[in-house]
Amino acid sequence: MDLSDSVLDHLRQVAALPDLSGTRYELEGEIGRGGLGVVYRARDRQLGRHVALKVLDAALAGEAPLIARLEHPAIVPIYEAGTLPDGRAFYAMKLVAGARLDQYVGRQTTRGDGPPHLVERLRVVRRVAEALAFAHSRGAIHRDLKPQNVMVGEFGEVYVMDWGVEGVAGTPAFRAPEPGLDARSDIYALGALLEFVLPALPPPALGAVARKAMSADRAARYADVAGLLADLERFQEGLAVEAWREPLLHKVRRFWSRNALLLWLLTAYAVVKFVLFFWGRR
Amino acid sequence: MNKILVGLLAGVILGAIDGATAWFYPETRPVIGSILVGSSFKGMLVGLFSGWFARKVQSTKWGIVVGAVLGLLLAYGVAAMDATKGQQHYLEIMLPGFITGAIIGFSTQRAGAQPVTLR
Repeated sequence: MDLSDSVLDHLRQVAALPDLSGTRYELEGEIGRGGLGVVYRARDRQLGRHVALKVLDAALAGEAPLIARLEHPAIVPIYEAGTLPDGRAFYAMKLVAGARLDQYVGRQTTRGDGPPHLVERLRVVRRVAEALAFAHSRGAIHRDLKPQNVMVGEFGEVYVMDWGVEGVAGTPAFRAPEPGLDARSDIYALGALLEFVLPALPPPALGAVARKAMSADRAARYADVAGLLADLERFQEGLAVEAWREPLLHKVRRFWSRNALLLWLLTAYAVVKFVLFFWGRR
Repeated sequence: MNKILVGLLAGVILGAIDGATAWFYPETRPVIGSILVGSSFKGMLVGLFSGWFARKVQSTKWGIVVGAVLGLLLAYGVAAMDATKGQQHYLEIMLPGFITGAIIGFSTQRAGAQPVTLR
């Protein structure tokens, strides 16, 4: 009996699906594929909730304990880890409803108010940086930070996903040039992530922060994530960033915009005094 | 530095500067000393109240409004005292007093620390 191509495709797909017998999960569909494995949407029969189920190569099973150690509001929590009947490792984690950062930045809302404002984009990057700083303080590094691995939830919550393990190559546009990856390689990726969310013509100070983080020379990058975060905070508070020696004109403009209200009040005072003086001399 | 102290200092300094501008009017030069003291005191009162307000309400807009209104009211008092001596300088005193008050109110909102509350 001949089988049509569509039936063959269907059989191939079914054969590739993980066998979840013996687990509490019921497969509902595929969410995405990455270098480390496949993520499925599944239902936890015991608790009646939906989860994201990541099925890994057995060799990469060390990922779950690594992430489980990282308890942080911006890191997707692991509910359970185990092994499938076929020997592959899996772990169940919180299913985040929302958009990946690349989709989030490029989205057009139904209200037609366009993609998120720079302030919102920076909030997301800062949240990612906080998660990264936390992971580094626990001795873990991400290894594959990119917009596709950052989720922005329905309530604005930010989650960093797909924490890497030894042997992960990273994604070219976000991967540091050095052969061995460490915390400074994550800083490089964070700089690339910042550059990604910035508009085509970014504020020069922010462009400089991204460039410093993405410096080819590891020693020229920020020493730690806290340094990059501090520069982002300085920018948002209208202060000079360490990554950029700003021209005098820019300094004056920044001073004016930071103190505009006070300067307007002082100007108003001077004008009033001036006018009253000459008006009284008439 | 707490907000009341900020208001006090800003009020005294700005009040003194405002009072010192009386030097440009030859008719007020002989009494510049008392104008300086009076204006500084007026600024100090505005600063004190603005600082107290800034501890209660964190809003630059309302800080400016409160400072400006206080400055205007106190300046009105000074101008009214002046008027009893037969000199009508309402505009010359009240308008700068209004803006000085606004600047003092602004300063108390932007500078100084809020008191630490223990729960």
